[in-house]
Amino acid sequence: MKTLAQKVWDAHVVRSAAGEPDLLYIDLHLLHEVTSPQAFDGLRMAGRPVRRPDLTIATEDHNTPTDNLLTIADPVSRTQIETLRRNCAEFGVKLHPLGDPEQGVVHVMGPQQGLTQPGTTIVCGDSHTSTHGAFGALAFGIGTSEVEHVLATQTLPQARPKQMAVNFVGELQPGVTAKDLILALIAQVGTGGGRGYVVEYRGPVIEQLSMEGRMTISNMSIEWGAKAGLIAPDETTFAWLKGRRFAPQGDAWDAAVEYWRTLRTDEDAVFDREVTLDVSQVTPFVTWGTNPGQGAPLDAAIPDPESFVDEAEKAAAERALAYMGLTPGQKLREVEVDVVFVGSCTNGRLEDLRAAAGVLKGRKVADGVRMLVVPGSAAVRAAAEAEGLDQVFTEAGAEWRFAGCSMCLGMNPDTLKPGQRSASTSNRNFEGRQGKGGRTHLVSPPVAAATAVVGRLAAPADLV
Amino acid sequence: MDKFTSHTGAAVPLRRSNVDTDQIIPAVYLKRVTRTGFEDGLFSAWREDPAFVLNDPAYAEASILVAGPEFGTGSSREHAVWALRDWGFRVVIAPRFGDIFRGNSLKQGLLTVELPIDAVESLWARSESDPTAEVTVDLAAREVRAGASTWAFELDDFSRWRLLEGLDDIGLTLLHADAITAFEAARPVYQPVVA
Repeated sequence: MKTLAQKVWDAHVVRSAAGEPDLLYIDLHLLHEVTSPQAFDGLRMAGRPVRRPDLTIATEDHNTPTDNLLTIADPVSRTQIETLRRNCAEFGVKLHPLGDPEQGVVHVMGPQQGLTQPGTTIVCGDSHTSTHGAFGALAFGIGTSEVEHVLATQTLPQARPKQMAVNFVGELQPGVTAKDLILALIAQVGTGGGRGYVVEYRGPVIEQLSMEGRMTISNMSIEWGAKAGLIAPDETTFAWLKGRRFAPQGDAWDAAVEYWRTLRTDEDAVFDREVTLDVSQVTPFVTWGTNPGQGAPLDAAIPDPESFVDEAEKAAAERALAYMGLTPGQKLREVEVDVVFVGSCTNGRLEDLRAAAGVLKGRKVADGVRMLVVPGSAAVRAAAEAEGLDQVFTEAGAEWRFAGCSMCLGMNPDTLKPGQRSASTSNRNFEGRQGKGGRTHLVSPPVAAATAVVGRLAAPADLV
Repeated sequence: MDKFTSHTGAAVPLRRSNVDTDQIIPAVYLKRVTRTGFEDGLFSAWREDPAFVLNDPAYAEASILVAGPEFGTGSSREHAVWALRDWGFRVVIAPRFGDIFRGNSLKQGLLTVELPIDAVESLWARSESDPTAEVTVDLAAREVRAGASTWAFELDDFSRWRLLEGLDDIGLTLLHADAITAFEAARPVYQPVVA
């Protein structure tokens, strides 16, 4: 009588005592340059080693340029990257630096090497660690104090979360992607709807999704406040993993798969809460506001703040529209954009690039629109080039970049200018997220590509 | 970590909901490798507006921030907690917090207190009419007191004890190093290592 998440949790309890959080063992710790330097400093000051360098792996992604692999122009950014390199060398941690064939956004880098496996516990000083839940792993973001704790002990004290099921019912409509589903869900439940819960995404629609689509869903679990978002591993998961570099081999593979098949919520398990999303009602979905819950179907108009019953939501909508430079009643399809960004840990994998390229092929990015296509990892970039996607993008007039977080977070050189508006396949439309004063509409890769062609928010079906 | 037993100070009313960690400190301030000096990034975009409450000299001495629901959602950046601490805040009161932010705050001696929206409204009104009005946040009693009002708040016993004693989590965990070693010895062979 356990949920999937409870099974994974229980298999990792090092110590349990009444009135205390459980001490959980961590199978894989992912590091990047931004949230780790202060943690390594803490180890150094206390004279502590990294307990399990063999379960720890680092990459460079947040603060790196995507126009070249050699020069980090900003000295402060360069120092942060160099600090990661020094720390990894000193503490014996494996690092995929800029230029390495496995370098990339941390949540693309782990899965592509087969390090993300069902039933494991995975943490990273990054809230989108929830991505790895797509494999049936218990994966969640942590702060720098916790990064130091995991480096030193390979464990984390964690209070037992509540359990929620998200049931996707109904039939998926043509042209609707995993991104539309998760944006529609967040609009339904609100940014705090998952707080205190580990959630499990379930239903035939989830089972039919590719691993890439599942990662897009799990990735945005944090955007509605959930601690983690799991999907039960199945044949799709096993097929995706088999043969990858760190996937088990031979007898170990058989033993692993046998165990992974047990990682399903028991029939009689009880969730503390269940939420249902009717996917047959979902059409291409975009955000209009400044949090991921402020979204609407592309077919709709900008809502009137007066239509919100809750006072806080009304005030938030008023503020959001002022920031976004939008007026109630304006059709979303009339909203003009300056920049289109395809990439990030949400939508920077090969399938996402294929979807965008499929729309762009034989078309041109609209005059005055800048489009950046940023693969999630160097390996995704190489795979995309092997099928000629880079040519589709460059022939359409888009910029084909190197791997990194890029315009998702306004930290590296890829940013919006004040007042610029983007359609972005990333995960956060917060004020200034993509650069001070920038205005972000979250969209799926096909909507991003169609928007680039039209110059206004658009779906592929709108293209002649 | 600094011990936290009780704190009395003036409060800043931040009448906003969904204050995400990108607002608390934008990513551009996260390039540093130090652990202090982040106060310049705190609400840096909003502080460009002269009318923003933190620019009001009347609240210059305040050490308690009172905000709307869903405070600290979004990114895991602990820099958000450091920036609030570096600015001089010891307590944030809001109806609900983002989970990761809350966890980070309690590890850094920034007490995050959940009170219902009507209590928050009352605290907003009080510090707007008198910016020097003091609020006491008593962790030992798990109470917030302001004038004639008292509100109880919840915090689990373990987190409260760690804050009251100012305990280092890593030190506590390493008391159980034997249990960790025993757990490691029993891990299945098919689990991945990065080497």
